[in-house]
Amino acid sequence: MPSLRALLSRRLRALRAMAMGSGSMGSMGSMGSGSMGSKREPVLSPSSMNAAIRRVQYAVRGPIVTRALELEQELRQGVPKPFKEVIKANIGDAHAMGQKPITFLRQVSALCLFPPLLSDPSFPEDAKARARRLLAACAGQSVGSYSASPGLDVVRADVAQFLQRRDGIPADPNHIFLSSGASEAIVTMLKLLVWGSGRSRTGVLVPLPQYPLYSAALAELEAERLSYSLAEDRAWALDLPELRRALKEGRGHCCPRVLCVINPGNPTGQVQSRECIEEVIKFAYEERLFLMADEVYQDNIYGEGCEFHAFRKVLAQMGPPYSDTVELASFHSLSKGFMGECGFRGGFMEVRNLHPEVLQELSKLVSVRLCPPVPGQILMGALLNPPEPGEPSHQQYQEEKAAVLRALAERARLTEQLLNKIPGIRCNPVQGAMYAFPSIQLPPRACAAAQAAGQPPDLFFCLRLLEGTGICLVPGSGFGQREGTFHFRMTILPPTEKLQLLLEKLGNFYTNFVKEYS
Amino acid sequence: MHRFVLAAKQAAASLGYRGPGDGGKSMLLRYAGSLAAGWPSRGPRLPRPAREWSVRWSTAAKASVVKISEKASREKILTLESMNPLVKALEYAVRGPIVLKAGEIEKELRKGIKKPFTEVIKANIGDAHAMGQRPITFLRQVVALCTYPNLLDSPNFPEDAKKRARRILQGCGGNSLGSYTASPGINCIREDVASYIERRDGGVPADPDNIYLTTGASDGITTILKILVSGGGKSRTGVMIPIPQYPLYSAAISDLDAIQVNYYLDEENCWALDVNELRRSLKEAKAYCNPKVLCIINPGNPTGQVQSRKCTEDVIHFAWEEKLFLLADEVYQDNVYSEGRQFHSFKKILYEMGPEYYNNVELASFHSTSKGYMGECGYRGGYMEVLNLHPEIKGQLVKLLSVRLCPPVSGQAAMDVVVNPPIPGEESYSQFIKEKESVLNNLAKKAKLTEDMFNKIPGMHCSPLQGAMYAFPRIFIPSKAIEEAKVHKMAPDMFYCMKLLEEIGICVVPGSGFGQKEGSYHFRMTILPPTEKLKVLLEKMKDFHIKFLEKYA
Repeated sequence: MPSLRALLSRRLRALRAMAMGSGSMGSMGSMGSGSMGSKREPVLSPSSMNAAIRRVQYAVRGPIVTRALELEQELRQGVPKPFKEVIKANIGDAHAMGQKPITFLRQVSALCLFPPLLSDPSFPEDAKARARRLLAACAGQSVGSYSASPGLDVVRADVAQFLQRRDGIPADPNHIFLSSGASEAIVTMLKLLVWGSGRSRTGVLVPLPQYPLYSAALAELEAERLSYSLAEDRAWALDLPELRRALKEGRGHCCPRVLCVINPGNPTGQVQSRECIEEVIKFAYEERLFLMADEVYQDNIYGEGCEFHAFRKVLAQMGPPYSDTVELASFHSLSKGFMGECGFRGGFMEVRNLHPEVLQELSKLVSVRLCPPVPGQILMGALLNPPEPGEPSHQQYQEEKAAVLRALAERARLTEQLLNKIPGIRCNPVQGAMYAFPSIQLPPRACAAAQAAGQPPDLFFCLRLLEGTGICLVPGSGFGQREGTFHFRMTILPPTEKLQLLLEKLGNFYTNFVKEYS
Repeated sequence: MHRFVLAAKQAAASLGYRGPGDGGKSMLLRYAGSLAAGWPSRGPRLPRPAREWSVRWSTAAKASVVKISEKASREKILTLESMNPLVKALEYAVRGPIVLKAGEIEKELRKGIKKPFTEVIKANIGDAHAMGQRPITFLRQVVALCTYPNLLDSPNFPEDAKKRARRILQGCGGNSLGSYTASPGINCIREDVASYIERRDGGVPADPDNIYLTTGASDGITTILKILVSGGGKSRTGVMIPIPQYPLYSAAISDLDAIQVNYYLDEENCWALDVNELRRSLKEAKAYCNPKVLCIINPGNPTGQVQSRKCTEDVIHFAWEEKLFLLADEVYQDNVYSEGRQFHSFKKILYEMGPEYYNNVELASFHSTSKGYMGECGYRGGYMEVLNLHPEIKGQLVKLLSVRLCPPVSGQAAMDVVVNPPIPGEESYSQFIKEKESVLNNLAKKAKLTEDMFNKIPGMHCSPLQGAMYAFPRIFIPSKAIEEAKVHKMAPDMFYCMKLLEEIGICVVPGSGFGQKEGSYHFRMTILPPTEKLKVLLEKMKDFHIKFLEKYA
């Protein structure tokens, strides 16, 4: 032990310092017993930490998920439970629910990650062509080098082309920023937008129910959250008068500057009509609001007669003064759609009508985090350049894609139907996205029991459900809901047979639960 | 007020220094100028320039917003005046104006515009693969196997790589890298990190529950800082950082509206950390904020010093005595070159100092896949280990991490290989060791080469590169050049680096982006270019420097 002497002298010095109280009296005072090795008050404690962070809530991974993980652990340890496995229907995580990755996307990624595979004859030529192009865009031809902070140039150009194909509206690659999932881009944009104090503090309009990333980000940034309720009785449609009400109320205490729209809706699954989008854009124009359009579920449309219209497309088609005025940031991601590649943390945002100087500030801000994960950028590059007709992977790609989307559409209908068969539960059509968000009636005695347990009634129900059946859902209170109503969010992602079983179990449990508390 | 608003807007719009004014206006103008040009040099900063500025700014901007809404013509909702002033105030020199300029020059070269050089060499950022370093085969094999599990049947991949890939995939939901992982990262990787730390630190125990995987080390550092910063006015959290520092720290501090408390490394003493300087800095800071965090970068970035064991002990004792939360940025732990220097983790020393310390001192240490011998920056992999975190704070940390869902899973897989490399007896061991040592030996040679070359150049002094990946030489800039820099609204070292870029095509970062003692000038250059290229480069830099001195003599 070569350092023993240094160690002893250090301890001696510490002791001497304590004895003499030289310069360290302040800290000694809070040392409790003051004996060596005792625990003293930490620097970072619940009372000394950032208060804004304390207020952050994120229900999708909240107490219910913590408990689910514990239950899984207990199951592994052989603790007997009334179920064999925990089914995590709390989060839109397709692969975790057994969905297979799209082969072509993974082939391109693997080729980029391990380029010796480029000479492996078992990989198709179209995947190799994509991989060569993407690798050529990486510094040193390696996905291990940093990319430019807004992302690889070729992938930004691919995004621009994709947007043009999708909407018939051109896009400028310089206005596209790749991100670490859509969440990162949303938070970055909000960070730019939030400032001021007191009545001049930025207010941000978000739907209610909302995806809790928004409430969490706003709490962290100490922005004012202004909720506009979606109309549950009209399949969760966005209601303009309600938007006006929320804005007016917000103006009473802050400076509303941002309007967030989630389309297709999360957790509510509605798909916005073109007409409604036009109204929202006009509203944003008139009221001088910066628009943020969260469109990560754009590929997930199931409702009959429903179609996805991008905000950027409608905005451009509305012409001036809207098209050249309304500031818009739209978001997309690798995590949803038919690919479901959540783990790669890939995404992008496009900004329109952003002030050129702000564009520079945005570039600077994203440079601090250096670059989005390159494997995610690579996957995005593959996704936006799918195999063309005539290429070797075309047929398989199309089949895999269609199979996923077909299965999701089937599960959306199945979930809605089966939930609506349970007396006391009412579910709107799942027009899009990946979730059902039914309302549930909870008996007054259950509400009282919940109150006694210090929990919102729907959390109380979801926890009981989890303990009794292993089904993990997120209570509506985590997303926000009209006072006195209760909901839960469940994904439609489990394989059809499992989903059917899950919904049956859920129905039985709910019926018994209502009996127990009536 | 109105004129003030106009002046502020003009200053911000042109981002240029408009010459000395008076009172607050001049300070504001100067500050706006410094955003673009990095001038004046950081040096000993006023206690709170950014904050004071933001307070003024918000009043100014409020007035301008009112004006706008009266006008018929529409201005943007989001403008330089109306945006978050904290974001506006932050700087990140490693990817700052000089890098933008380098990008422009590259575009010009591609267009065939004649330059005195044929390529731009980006020595501004520690990006090993971009400089031609080859990836470690084993690491890439494991990650490719995880990405495309069909390869698990391929006879071309070694069994030890397959074994690791299978284990990682078993930790993934649905056995897919495409699933979200738990927010702190995949459990078995956290376990592997814990065993790695135990091995590294000679048996000091590590608890997987204290390990959080991150999106590069940067994510971990900003997350911990975010939780730590609180209070207003004189009780606002102060964060002690070395000067020179890695600008992630100043950027995060600015973003969080915390107070940056500078302590100076001792250039005369190979950039060593001096506890007396810590004391001075802390004492001064207590007058205007509540210093509660002490950040250490070891091995140093940009300064390359490797802290002695004794020094680390002194720092820990100081943190214990003064009740400071310790942040140990140890991403260069594999990059130690100097004879007689050794990396000692804060965690290990803390443990060895006895229970009074290891039961009390709160410590977060950071590591990454981006540096070392692997240089896998693009994966954004990293981890942090926390010690003595209050149990409730751990809950808060997990909650905060959960909002970003999970760190990129391929980065987690890459991290796993770093902490769980092939062991003797395994199929890939000999190739792995060969590749690893070749990278590290090369870096050591280049470190020595760079130091020696710089020290042969008159008007330049380079401290020994004990570790990390950078040289941070001190350069003499003649007063005539300083004057000319002023004319161009640039910090003198920014001016120097711009000239260097334009004349010989090498992109380095001026010292003002990292902070330096007032009146001293430096730049940071990576030692990553291939040896032959580096030699040529250093020769060119020598010629450039001599000519520069002659020109401005």
